[in-house]
This record gives sequence, structure tokens and C-alpha cells, in this order.
Amino acid sequence: QVAVALKEGRVTPTELCQRCLSLIKSTKFLNAYITVAEETALKQAEASEERYKKGQPLGVLDGIPIAVKDNFNTAGIETTCASNMLRGYISPYNATVVQKLLDQGAVLLGKTNLDEFAMGSGSTDGVFGPVRNPWSYSRQYKEKSVPKSHSEDKEPDWVITGGSSGGSAAAVSSFTCFAALGSDTGGSTRNPAAHCGVVGLKPTYGLISRHGLIPLVNSMDVPGILTRCVDDAAVVLGSLAGHDPKDSTTIQDNFKPFELPNLTDVSKLSIGIPKEYHAPGLSSEILTIWSKAADLFQNAGAKVVEVSLPHTRYSIVCYHVLCTAEVASNMARFDGLEYGHRSNMNESTESMYAATRREGFNDVVRGRILSGNYFLLKQNYEKYFIKAQKVRRLIANDFVKVFRSGVDVLLTPTTLSDAAPYMEFIKEDNRTRSAQDDILTQAANMAGLPAINVPTALSERGLPVGLQFIGRSFQEKQLLTVAKWFEKQVQFPMIQLEEVKRHDHGVFQHQKSASFS
Amino acid sequence: LAPWVPVVGLEIHAQISSNSKLFSGSQVQFAAPPNSLVSFFDASLPGTLPVLNRRCVEAAVMTGLALNCSINKKSLFDRKHYFYADLPAGYQITQQRVPIAVNGSLSYSLCIDNKMSQMVTKTVRIKQIQLEQDSGKSLHDDTRSQTLVDLNRAGVGLMEVVMEPDLCCGEEAAAAVRELQLILQTLGSSQAVMAEGQLRVDANVSVHHPGEPYGVRTEVKNINSIRFLAKAVDYEIQRQIEELENGGTILNETRAFDSKLGCTVPMRDKEGKQDYRFMPEPNLPPLILYDAKSLPANMNHQQVINIDWIHERLPDLPSVRREKLVEQYGILPEHSFTLLNEDGLAEFFENVVKQTQMKPKKVIGWILQDLLSYLKQHSLTVKESPVSPVLLADLLSLLEKKEISSTAAKQVLAELWKGDGRTPLEIVKEQKLQLLEDQNELEQICQAVIDRQENE
Repeated sequence: QVAVALKEGRVTPTELCQRCLSLIKSTKFLNAYITVAEETALKQAEASEERYKKGQPLGVLDGIPIAVKDNFNTAGIETTCASNMLRGYISPYNATVVQKLLDQGAVLLGKTNLDEFAMGSGSTDGVFGPVRNPWSYSRQYKEKSVPKSHSEDKEPDWVITGGSSGGSAAAVSSFTCFAALGSDTGGSTRNPAAHCGVVGLKPTYGLISRHGLIPLVNSMDVPGILTRCVDDAAVVLGSLAGHDPKDSTTIQDNFKPFELPNLTDVSKLSIGIPKEYHAPGLSSEILTIWSKAADLFQNAGAKVVEVSLPHTRYSIVCYHVLCTAEVASNMARFDGLEYGHRSNMNESTESMYAATRREGFNDVVRGRILSGNYFLLKQNYEKYFIKAQKVRRLIANDFVKVFRSGVDVLLTPTTLSDAAPYMEFIKEDNRTRSAQDDILTQAANMAGLPAINVPTALSERGLPVGLQFIGRSFQEKQLLTVAKWFEKQVQFPMIQLEEVKRHDHGVFQHQKSASFS
Repeated sequence: LAPWVPVVGLEIHAQISSNSKLFSGSQVQFAAPPNSLVSFFDASLPGTLPVLNRRCVEAAVMTGLALNCSINKKSLFDRKHYFYADLPAGYQITQQRVPIAVNGSLSYSLCIDNKMSQMVTKTVRIKQIQLEQDSGKSLHDDTRSQTLVDLNRAGVGLMEVVMEPDLCCGEEAAAAVRELQLILQTLGSSQAVMAEGQLRVDANVSVHHPGEPYGVRTEVKNINSIRFLAKAVDYEIQRQIEELENGGTILNETRAFDSKLGCTVPMRDKEGKQDYRFMPEPNLPPLILYDAKSLPANMNHQQVINIDWIHERLPDLPSVRREKLVEQYGILPEHSFTLLNEDGLAEFFENVVKQTQMKPKKVIGWILQDLLSYLKQHSLTVKESPVSPVLLADLLSLLEKKEISSTAAKQVLAELWKGDGRTPLEIVKEQKLQLLEDQNELEQICQAVIDRQENE
């Protein structure tokens, strides 16, 4: 809708950009942004404005403020991956997805915060500190929270965003941008989307180019899309998808951007409910919301069936082996020689490498590197890596079988519970948390399938709960159509944030979900 | 004393002759300013991805076919991990699990007794050919305690040719590598100039008694010419034999050939056994090649490689060329061997034959003895010869027509070497080297000589 506003001249790109920039300043305590590219953003906005004046906007995204997770290369703007290893690193090139957005006239506001090198499920383990979930400061949450008795701390017991794309999720959730790029390797876009009450889309592996996305697990990573409504996600997808000669893992087929139909009749739809997703630790609240959603589809005439994905419970261990192995390999390039942090230790090349890597990486990264190298040792390779690849095939086959049996889309919870308070979350280490939190999202990465989080309802604590739809390979249109129908049914409430109210009168609050399309 | 059986296996890295590197678009060029041919991918900037170079694949297929290999229609890429300053990504992309070509053979010729009079043909089996990335170059500056790194070479395409240990001595190794070099140069898949690092040879050497299992092998590196290859292999064989006969043992180590001292020494740099933690390269799908049968109907030709198409277009390999020369010109096999062994000499010979009346069987003598020895004496290549095929052809025609004697011809050739632009005919006239046919004239001259003698 803001795109329409831009077109009609009710608001200009520079106004929009300035409002977002000042909102970013007012919500600085969220720590969602690592770098705010104020100057370049305003220049881009000005250029966009010129185009609108001439009546020649580049497309729907022209003039739309966006944010990008700080593990995407942005030319001339620092790319840190929230790590000391890349602090001050200014990349000479744009990731393909960033370039595509800029080519469409989008305004890049800045780079968002994450867990270091995208390793984590809380966005709490980066060198720039944790990201705070905007809902911590919402009226909905504050009303429900028990006031601290005699605490000097005026701060509410703030909750995490989830991760690792927490900064992007928080940015979209707090209205500082209209869309953001995240990445998704085990759930890193869908998890924070669920906790922050926004739409988080993980596209099919091979649909969107990874060129310029600093890899975590090359065989599972995808760029993720975070927006405030499903239609917006479809628009962004349309501008990003398609073969990239620079990424040999993108499919060659021609991609046609689509507009989502307004589904009214779901009677031809078959929704699968995988029983294994009733995972240990799933809160009764989310279980209830999930059940209600299934009923919603059934009552509307859809066919809702219980299905089984029997190898789900092996996915965490399998993921751990494959992820750490690829991480160990991908991180080998960080030696301080060509770019990034270089230690002052210069007794020998090897000692310089060792010191650089110890200083540059946090313990989460180092832990995964050590594990990964262990699994790749000659004597362990067969036992662990090969075995895990085989298990991965089994997990992927589970989905193939289910989709072949006539199911169109799967419906599952996205997270085990609503967002945890930060102080609770950090009681367990990163590895434990990741193992717990990824269980519902990770299998889709194993199988390369598209999946989306749709904000569904508020928990008893007043925090967002989302549900996940998993679709067939390259069937994003069907997946998003169903998601859009569901979104319309549940009418997820808008966040009520003081800062947002103060900053804006027209554009943000007008529409229910302040979308741009 | 029981006889020793030396076993020699070669690993050869041939730099692919291509405009750009194996996985990136930066240029391939020898001796460019340091770090001037480095793309983002070569420098291992985070987020960059490999894109396979079609020309490199074609070069590997051509080479595989020329070496009688089976070309694997599906081959895979892997990462081989180790830390070194000239390996920016911390791993090399290679083909460890399934290489592009396997199970071939290379035939080469050896002269018995160094006489070039008897040649024997031998064969060495080719285990496999794999595509892989070259590393950059590092220079250790000990005085300043620093290492200088040049990444120009990082990512250049290599074909690693692995031979089975069928060779037994330096001479065989040298002959086999020479033949491989000629094949690569004929195909154009590699320029294979050892001095420019386009062809690198590592030799695995061991000795054992007949009937007993193979001995411990050492790997010999830092061999910079074919001549040094023969020396290094023979030295190492000798060293191992002496060591074992003195009751010592052979360590499974890497040794460097010291060309000044003519011996092999242990290399300090390399550690014992390295675990390379091989892992499939996740950013490159399997490499699929097609032949006429399997080629899908509506495939974009830009996107596929047809092995049969390449096979049909292979040029004549050296062995075939030699046979043709023998057949066409009636020269000996040894002759054709030497003709192909010198760059440009076969063309020179054929050019002369075309333009002269002298028969090829006679021309060959002039080429291989007179011309070639002049070139060698003056350290000139055939291309640099001051005597062109036309000039030599004219000279030989004069000889053939009996206008001059063969002694005179040699004199004229010596003059032609000065390269001052005179033709053979001009030199003959100048120096009055013409053969006299006129009986009377001859009698007069002889009489004049006799008369002079009597007067003294």
C-alpha cells in the first residue's frame, strides 16, 4: 500500500526514508542495526524521488526502505557478520540479491544485527550485543507482564528476537523498514519471524542466488525474506528469484514473478499435519494454536490429514554433523591475510593464523569449527559425514513421500514457545539452544523445501506466535497463496509501540499491516 | 648381492592453456605484476562462489582422450583442506572422489644404448586425470622475516595426470614426460613449458628386491626440467639402494631435488602425514558430460560438452605424425623422433622437401646433422635459425643438380649462417665454388698447376 502512496505522491521517497531513519534512531535500544547507511540511503531516496516525479518508477519496490542482514556483502558499506573477524570490512561488491533490490530502486537503510556468522537461534551471540524483540516494549506485552517488585531497572524484562536473523525481524516488526533480507540455514529467518510477529519466507534452495551471502552451510543456506504481510513477501520474491550465473547451485529454469490470487475456496486443498512436529518441549499454548489452525482449514472445507515424517527426530544430530563440517570448511578462509582482522602475532605464519582466528571468532564459531574438523577427519568421515548425508536423504524422502500422497502443504508450529526473556535464554549455551529451537524448522533446510512463518496469534504473555507452512519444491506460488488465505483468516494484531506512534501518522498506521504492496 | 628393482611413479601437474582461471574470470598470464590477476573469488573474499570454466573441461577431455582414458560422464568436485599462505580459501578445489578421466596409457620411445639407432616403444599406464586449482606463489624472505604472497596463479586450472608406477629409471621418466609434453602441446590443452611452471613433475621412487613387496617410497619435488628429472630419479634410486645396502631404512618423506648439487635433500617445510579432511564441494553440482548417444535433443549447445564431438576434432598426436613422416618421406623412425622432438623442426624439414629437388631421405641428413648441430652449437631454436627453409632448399637443389660438391655445400652453409641475406647461388659465384664440368677447362687448370710446380 505504501507503494501506491508513493505513486500517488501522497508521500515521497525521501520523506519515507527520513521517517524510517529517525525511527531507527528512536528505537536504537533494540540494537537491530549494526550499520545505518544514512547518507547513501538518502541519496537513493532522492534518486527514487526523481523517477517518481518523471512518472518512471522502476517498479513496486522503487523508493521502498529495506534492511539487509549483515552477512550479505554490500559494496561500500561495512559487512561484519557480527564478528570481530570482519569488523571494518568493506566489501568491494554487492551480493546478487542486494544488487537486484537496488536495481529495483529500493532504499538500503542499513545492515542488521545477527548471531555471529549466523550461528545461533537468539541473535544474542554477536559482537555488537543482542537484539531486543520490539514486542518487549509493546503495550500488549507490558499489559501482560508481572511488574518487577523493587527493581531499579526501569527496563522491562525484554525478550529475545530469536535468530539468527533477529535484527532483520526486529527492523520489520518495529516499522523501521518495509522489508528485510535474512538468511535461513536451519530456521534463521522463520524463527525470529515467529517471535517478532512478522512474515518470514524461506524459499526453495536454488531459487534465489547465494552469491554474496557469506555462507554458513552452502548446501542449506538460502536468502530469507521478512515482511509484514504475505503479499509483500511475494513481491520481494518476484524481484529476487531466478538463475544467477555467478551461483552454480541456482536452477536454470525461467522464473516468472507472480501475483497472489485471493483464495476463497480451500475445498481442493489438502493440508498435512506431521505428527512428529508435536515435539517434546512444545508449549501447550502453541499446541492449541496449531490445533485451532488445523480446525480452521477443516471448517473451511479443506482436507486436513495427519501425516508422518518419521526421520524428523534424527534431523538435529544430522544437521549438527553436516553444518559443523561445512562451517569448518567455510571458515578456513579467515586467516587474516587477505582481509579482515589480522593479529599482531607475527612469529610465524601459523602462529599468526592461530591468534587471528582465536581473536576473531567467538566460542560458538570456534566450537563448530573444531567439531566440523573432527567429523571430516579421514578416520571419521565415513562414520559421521557420509552417514549424515544418508540420513539427510531419508529426511528429504519423507517429504517426497508425503507430498506424493496428495498433500499440498504442511502445517506445523514454527517455534516451541513464544520468545524467551533474555535472562532466561542465556542460561543455556548456544549449542543447546540451537539444538532445541531448530527442531521445527531445520528439516525444511535439509530437504531444500520452501517454508514460511505466518504470524498467527498472541500468547498469554502478549507475545507473537507464528505457524509454519512447508510447501513443495519450487511451488512458492501455492505455498504463499495458502499462507495469504490463512493470514486473512487470523487477522494478527498490529504491534502497539510508542515510538512508532510518535513517529508517524499516515503511512504506518493507516493499514492494518502497513505493507508496501 | 641381490638385484634391486626400482619403481618410479610420476604425478604431473599441467597448467591448462586458457584465457581465464578454472573457477573465475580473471586472466591467466605468466609473469604479470604481482596480484594483478586476482578476482574476488581468487582472493577468497567471503560470499564468492566458483563457476566452472568450460574451456578447462574441454582441455581435460581432450587430454584424457589423447591418453586413451575413459572419460567419466559424471565427475565430482571436492575440497582439500590445508592452511598455507598461497591458498587463500584454506582449501583447494580438486577431484578426489571421481575424476574426469581414468585408466589410460601413454606410449613413449626410448633409444637403446643412446645411439639413436634402435628405438623401443614402452607404455606407462595412466591412473587418472583430475581437474584442480593451482595455488598462488609465496616467497620466503628470511632476512626480513616475512613471506610475500602473489595470488596471480591462485585458481589457474590444472590437469593432474597420475601415472601408475610402471617406470624404472630416470631415462624412462624423462622420455615419458617428454612425450606427454609433446602431446599436450599438440592438443593445445597446455603449453607445458617446464621453465614457466606450466608442467610440474613430482616423482615417487622406491626400490625392492624381485619377489618382495614394494619398498617405502619417497616423493621428490622441485624438479625444473626434463634433464633434471632423469638426474633426480636416478640419484634417488641410487641413494635408496646405498642406504638399504648399508643397513639403513628409507623414510616415507618428501625430498627436494637440488639441481646445483645434483642430489635430493629432505624438505623441511612439509610435515609428516596431513589429513586433508576431504569434503564434497557444495557449490558445484556434479559435472555431466555427454556423448552423441546421450546428448539430450533440445539442449543448449553452449551448456553441454559432447565427448564425441571433441574426439572427432583431435589433431594428429605425435605418434601418428611420426608414422606419417616415416611413411610419406621414407625416413627412419629415429629420424622422425628427432624431428618432433625439436620444436618446429618437422615443419622446417617438410618445407625444405617441398621446395627442393633433393630427395627427403637425403634432405633428412642435412637437417638432422648439419642444421641441427649448428642450432645446438649456437643455442638457437628452429624459429631463430638464420637459415630459412627456402635458403636451405636452394642450396640442396644446387647440390642435387651437381652444380657444387658436397664439400662446397657445407662451405656455403657455413656462409649462410652469417645470415647476411646472400642466397646460396650468390655465395657459390662469389667464392667460385661451382663444379666444373668442362673437360678442357679442367685440363687447363691441372696443367697450370703442374707447370707452376715445376717452376718452383
